Amino acid sequence: MRIVAVSAGMSDASSTTLLANRYGEAIRAVRPDATFEVVSLRDLAHDITDATLVGFASPRLQHVIDQVAAADALVVVAPTYKASYPGLFKSFFDALDADLLIGKPVALGATGGTARHSLVVDYALRPLFAYMQAMVVPTDVFASPHDWGTNGTDALGGRVERAVGELLSVAEGGGTGRTFDDSIDLFSETMLSISDPQL
Amino acid sequence: MTTMQFGLFTVGDVTPDPVNGTTVSEHERIKNTVAIAKKAEDIGLDVFATGEHHNPPFVPSSPTTTLAYIGAQTEKIILSTSTTLITTNDPVKIAEDYATLQHLVDGRMDLMLGRGNTAPVYPWFGYDGSKAVELTIEHYQLLRRLWDEDVVNWEGQFRTPLQGFTATPRPLDGAAPFVWHGSIRTPEVAELAAYYGDGYFANNIFWPKEHYIRLINFYRQRYAHYGHGTPEQAIVGLGGQFFIRKNSQDAVREFRPYFDNAPVYGHGPSLEDFTAQTPLTVGSPQEFIEKTLTFADYFGDYQRQLFLVDHAGLPTKIVLEQLDLLGEVLPTLRAEFDARRPENVSDAPTHAARVAAATTGRQREERAREGAGEGTGSVDHEAVTR
Repeated sequence: MRIVAVSAGMSDASSTTLLANRYGEAIRAVRPDATFEVVSLRDLAHDITDATLVGFASPRLQHVIDQVAAADALVVVAPTYKASYPGLFKSFFDALDADLLIGKPVALGATGGTARHSLVVDYALRPLFAYMQAMVVPTDVFASPHDWGTNGTDALGGRVERAVGELLSVAEGGGTGRTFDDSIDLFSETMLSISDPQL
Repeated sequence: MTTMQFGLFTVGDVTPDPVNGTTVSEHERIKNTVAIAKKAEDIGLDVFATGEHHNPPFVPSSPTTTLAYIGAQTEKIILSTSTTLITTNDPVKIAEDYATLQHLVDGRMDLMLGRGNTAPVYPWFGYDGSKAVELTIEHYQLLRRLWDEDVVNWEGQFRTPLQGFTATPRPLDGAAPFVWHGSIRTPEVAELAAYYGDGYFANNIFWPKEHYIRLINFYRQRYAHYGHGTPEQAIVGLGGQFFIRKNSQDAVREFRPYFDNAPVYGHGPSLEDFTAQTPLTVGSPQEFIEKTLTFADYFGDYQRQLFLVDHAGLPTKIVLEQLDLLGEVLPTLRAEFDARRPENVSDAPTHAARVAAATTGRQREERAREGAGEGTGSVDHEAVTR
């Protein structure tokens, strides 16, 4: 089981990457053999902007895109900027092939400076992944400042564990039965009309 | 016999010169294009191809007009397009315009078909941009028949039907102009080229080679599938882009402001990253030769290499200097490509070779019909149905 976490945390010790690592701990606790890698979009900020401008990925960005494509499941976490995900986060997903995430199991998480952003995953991240036809698990995790203190209960950890349970279950099952396929379809209507104009 | 053709292709953009801040007029740009084409012949290039666009900042809306004018002032260079818009031009007009050009320049032409249109362009010509692939296929199927059959009865989706229609003039020597199909992302275009045994061209600029390898390989396989020869015999053309000076550092210093402000890639990656990641060479003539030769490693030995030189606001004076330098390395490029070229690779397409093939085909038909072995092999100017 190979799981890649995409983190759009912007500061060096970011709470968003901290949240990604919580997923990693929860995964290792139940699947010690699984690999878990965290990709930080901050490190790729210039590559992502260049890809937006020229339409192709630099070798460094392409390496990360290949990691995402090869993953059995993704954890995707973003901070909340102005009531949504950061522009860089969107630009990264804009750089992917439109079909790349079809059927990919995904757990979504977000951090925010106030609990009032707590629905940001549902109104901002989910529509993006719905468009990309990813298989997003029902439990998402939003971490506001007070979630990082436990007050004797680890509610955040509990939600992460629940999300990871759903993610592994989907990834180890049949998923949607559809995945990214970039082979050329020789039997599409337009393709067939070339060798048989009468069609 | 031409093993491989080298030439120029131009987009025909009017781009401000970022160094001196001036912008040439449309009149100057059109006249400069002619000067560049004549220079291409002077330095020994085989092909000059112009784009077709119908919106600013581009000037070449009427390729056959420009090519005929160039043809009248040149002797040897093959005139072509990069690309002729198969989507928004009426195939009847393409058949007639390019056949006329073919007669005027005695067969010294071919054309490259492409879509090359943004969505707003289609409605200007009465078409729906969401049907671009379907338009490409239907228009080309009709164009093929208009050139290959003397009398055409036709009905399709996108054009009024034709009854008993003859496109005039008929192709010169009974051999229709050779057709290239240019595309960088549409498998249907590669399939179309393969089905008819036509050439396939990948512009090979602005993107890493990996983007082009897939469709070129697909085209080669499908060319063989349709019985035109082996995959290695398929007719492939590639673009390329360079800026050279005797000293590599001079090339980088002089080209950088044009690179940094260029349409398409300007304000993005550094010149160093972009040259490392795409077919662009900015450096010495030797670096240019070495990089160009790698194209055959990636895409297989091929028939036509076109370079984009006049773009990004480069003044015509610099473009002509670049062509002088290209002329100096051209003999080496030809020799190196020929040295590595296996026997089983097709020669580049020429009118003479197509006439010979059409004549052989006609003799074969006549022999089959008459049961006799006659046939002089002479070329008359009647139409021949393939």
